[in-house]
Amino acid sequence: MNDLLWLIPTLPFVGSLILIVAGGKLSKRLIPVIGSGSVGISALITLSIGFNFLTAKTSVIDQVLWNWISVAGFTPNIAFHLDSLSLAFIFVITFVGFLIHVYSAEFMADDEGYARFFAYLNLFVGSMLILVLADNLLLLYFGWEGVGLCSYLLIGFWYQEEKNGYAARKAFIMTRVGDTAMAIGLFMIFKTFGTINILDIQNQAPAVWAVGSQEATLIGLLLLGGAVGKSAQLPLQNWLPDAMAGPSPVSALIHAATMVTAGVYLIARTHVVFELAPTAQFVVGVVGAVTLLIAGFSALTQYDLKRVLAYSTISQIGYMFLALGVGAWSSAIFHFMIHAFFKALLFLAAGAVIMALHHEHDMFKMGGLRKKIPIIYFTFLIGAASLAALPLITAGFYSKDQILWLSFAGEKGNLSFFLAALMGAFVTAIYTFRMVFLTFFGEEKTHVAHVPGSRINIPLIVLATLSTLAGFIELPHSFGHLQWFTDFLSPILPVTILQPEIESMEWMIQLLAAALSIGGAMLAYYFYVMRPTLHTQVKAAIPQVHNFLLHGWRFDTLYDWLFVKPFVYLSTINKNDLVDWPYNALVDVAGFVHRMLAFTQSGILRWYLIGIVLGAILTLTLGLML
Amino acid sequence: MILPGFIISLMLGGILAWIVARKSLVLARWISLIAVTVNFLGSIVIWIQQGDSGTKDSWLLDFSIPWIPSFGIGFHLALDGLSLLMLLLTFFLGTISVIISWNEIQNRVGLYHFCLLWVLAGITGVFLAMDLFLFFFFWEVMLIPMFFLIIIWGHENSRYAAFKFFIFTQASGLLMLVAILGLYFVHGNQTGIFTFDYFQLLGTDFTSDVGMWLMLGFLAAFIVKLPVVPFHTWLPDAHSQAPTAGSLILAGLLLKTGAYGLLRFIIPFFKEEALSIAPWAMAIGVFGIIYGAILAFSQTDLKRLVAYTSVSHMGFIMLGVFSFNELAMQGVVMQMITHGISTGALFILAGVIYERIHSRDINTMGGFWKSMPFLGVCALVFAMASLGLPGLGNFVAEFLTLVGAWQATHKLTIIATIGLVAATVYSLRIIQKVFLGPQTSTAALPDLTLRERLVMVTLIVSIVWLGLFPQPVLNTSRQTVKALIESPDKSSANSHQSSTKNESASIKEKGGSHE
Repeated sequence: MNDLLWLIPTLPFVGSLILIVAGGKLSKRLIPVIGSGSVGISALITLSIGFNFLTAKTSVIDQVLWNWISVAGFTPNIAFHLDSLSLAFIFVITFVGFLIHVYSAEFMADDEGYARFFAYLNLFVGSMLILVLADNLLLLYFGWEGVGLCSYLLIGFWYQEEKNGYAARKAFIMTRVGDTAMAIGLFMIFKTFGTINILDIQNQAPAVWAVGSQEATLIGLLLLGGAVGKSAQLPLQNWLPDAMAGPSPVSALIHAATMVTAGVYLIARTHVVFELAPTAQFVVGVVGAVTLLIAGFSALTQYDLKRVLAYSTISQIGYMFLALGVGAWSSAIFHFMIHAFFKALLFLAAGAVIMALHHEHDMFKMGGLRKKIPIIYFTFLIGAASLAALPLITAGFYSKDQILWLSFAGEKGNLSFFLAALMGAFVTAIYTFRMVFLTFFGEEKTHVAHVPGSRINIPLIVLATLSTLAGFIELPHSFGHLQWFTDFLSPILPVTILQPEIESMEWMIQLLAAALSIGGAMLAYYFYVMRPTLHTQVKAAIPQVHNFLLHGWRFDTLYDWLFVKPFVYLSTINKNDLVDWPYNALVDVAGFVHRMLAFTQSGILRWYLIGIVLGAILTLTLGLML
Repeated sequence: MILPGFIISLMLGGILAWIVARKSLVLARWISLIAVTVNFLGSIVIWIQQGDSGTKDSWLLDFSIPWIPSFGIGFHLALDGLSLLMLLLTFFLGTISVIISWNEIQNRVGLYHFCLLWVLAGITGVFLAMDLFLFFFFWEVMLIPMFFLIIIWGHENSRYAAFKFFIFTQASGLLMLVAILGLYFVHGNQTGIFTFDYFQLLGTDFTSDVGMWLMLGFLAAFIVKLPVVPFHTWLPDAHSQAPTAGSLILAGLLLKTGAYGLLRFIIPFFKEEALSIAPWAMAIGVFGIIYGAILAFSQTDLKRLVAYTSVSHMGFIMLGVFSFNELAMQGVVMQMITHGISTGALFILAGVIYERIHSRDINTMGGFWKSMPFLGVCALVFAMASLGLPGLGNFVAEFLTLVGAWQATHKLTIIATIGLVAATVYSLRIIQKVFLGPQTSTAALPDLTLRERLVMVTLIVSIVWLGLFPQPVLNTSRQTVKALIESPDKSSANSHQSSTKNESASIKEKGGSHE
């Protein structure tokens, strides 16, 4: 089975190709079969290879398909490298991806771009798999840009709306800014190591750089630049809320579960660089901590159900970055996996709600849906509980608890990181349950038009199960002490070292986090169920603050003034190309001289006579004078 | 005889098509199609035979007969990996340019094909000529028919554009002629042998002053052709006014003769002088990348827009050539080929749209995806090529250039890399304005015809192939590029000289050793 590794990314590409070439001619039943089928088979292969890993038959698979480029020592191959880190990612990509494909088969059924949708979605899955399987950074970059393209295509899927096109371009261009930093990082890496093979870099780096080396720091920061673009972290985070213009399955797959976590993967994959560059790693932590707070506060004020989830995604990825920043490598990946489950679930459930209500996105126009669509309600509630990290029963508790604990107790952790994470956890609980209460509680404001069928319900139930059970594979030291996931990743990602004599505090931290999480949920209950008028009063009291948060801390306005307006201005004033001016001036001068000379050839005899006489006088005068 | 055969068959084909067109237009079209296709197949055969050349000598074919012996002028053609790739590109795009003109050109069909084939013949000659006088001759041969292509079959403002194109190219070409003569006399005075032969002139020594002036003469012709900002203003006019095939050949091939000139003449003849101006040359290239990208963004004429993207992409050539390392120069070779294909494709798309709505103004376009999804997919592929998406050939080209340039200059490489963001901005604007958004045109917009689909699919397959399997191309140019960056090896030039004395075409045996 291990030899079939290459098929995992290839199958979705083939599916995509078939749908692009023959999309118009395929029957409506066949389209989702090809689309989900290709990803489904990839998921099966992944599971069987994963089984080999778990039973410790295999720990690494390398597969070289062909030599891509070979110029003067620059020799990236089209080659795959599978280890436990990439296995965790391809499992989420193919498995969650498959569920989302199944969901889309019903969700998109009435769309005229049915085949186009699955073609893009398959293309995305293929590119994402390339990204995480690549054995060198150039191939990783290949997948990295490929998913960017698919993200662009899918955000702008309903292309006839101008604003969707705008959101799509914004996403592509902003992530491309990050990619540029990453590309420069690759140039530097190649110059330093003479290779861009990830394993080679990993092996050589400790010998080449001392800890804290300036070059390592610079490369770390450049890679971080790529990561913040793709993962929507500060300062390139503001494309993600707009990306919600795409269909809900797209938000679930690309903008929650997989693509936006590519930055986490990149940093985890190149963790050696960051360990040699403590400053860069600290910056990763700071970016995470600040982003999780900024996005969390913005999520508190949103009206649009999907935008809440978008800000929440930014915030949760902030947690992952924070974990990477304190060296809690496996916790970051664990949270990635759990987050993929519950956030995909939330987006899919939100999509079902929006579909049920005729494309209504505004939570304040929803309400009372608890009874109308109970399956959606319960699965959404499970996802929300996991996001809010309600203690003991949710997977999100176990993954987030690890990050909270290690941001405090880890060797590279500190009090500020911990407080930010704690504050974030409280805010998360509030906005999550605000969302639940507004959408499903209270009185019914919009009539339910469409009750979803089994192809929507089954993926939701599977993901809800995973959002609960998947947490139990990692239990904290204080109770249970189970480390399956960390052990699984330990050959690749180093275990976090704790500060000395701190372990006894774990109980306190857990209690604190649990209390804040429940407290947040209760606060939301008080605000939105018990005293439903209270939040409008608060809003009216501080409208500026509310608007500031609602618009994502006004980053859009800032970038508009800093970059967009100057670029457009420069481009517009010079539309006719200033450089052409001297050439045209030359032409004008020549034309002028031509007209002047032509003017003397008037054909009027007396002018000629005067000319001759004047000329003769002039010549004579000159002759006499000299 | 195969090398002159390429040129002669195109010239004869052109004349024949002109004559036949009096009787049958279809036959004239077929004649020119066959003339180019046969050449294309011929060049493929050479490529396959040449294989993974691991030989030390980069020259594959050679043909030489005396032409005007009293002045030391010979009809000397030779082929190495670089010129082979350029020939493949020329005949590939040449074939396509005949096909896309099939319906577009309805008046003076015979003369049109005559001009088209003669431009191609001139370009072929430029890529093969190994005698500087002959080189200049072909340089002019490609100019004059192109002038007529623009002025006769061009759009509304074609007179202005054609004259502008002609004057820019001619003025800079004359500077090159002066430099060629200078080189001729310097070499003659030094050695007593007055010759225009490339390989004999290679070994010329000159004082740095003279060398600098001579180089500037050559450089003038090449950077106007390339074009480098601020000598680029002929290009948007010529591109936007030319008929589709004209734009295709201009962007795909004529610009490449400038790049080819840099590699073939500037670097081998004037290595030290080129090194001394390298920082400036790279800076001006990078400036062009950004400048072209910014201007492309605000253009409303679709063809003009694409023309400015060419200005931007050609900046990478300057950056790469003057980085003086194998990575960057291989990137340049790739860029010449992939830009030819991708920009050519964008001009064809603009032509296809023009045939349907009779406008090049993108403000009158929008929502075309709905009625022309096939065209939309094609445009998407080439817009992505233009912004350097991995998996397409342009990415390999630009990435290699940038990795190589990084070895030479950090600051400029960073700015050039930022150019990729600007490329994203203008490329996405094309897609948005033309294909997305609400549908604007009420006219019936039939999707691509079978003939057009065939052309686009061929172009897409080739750009993807170059993106995933660039190595055959890189292998072909490897020897040439290596010879360029190593110190000028005079002994190999001399050994070549002796082998050319037998004055007949000969296929060099290639060593079977693979690297």
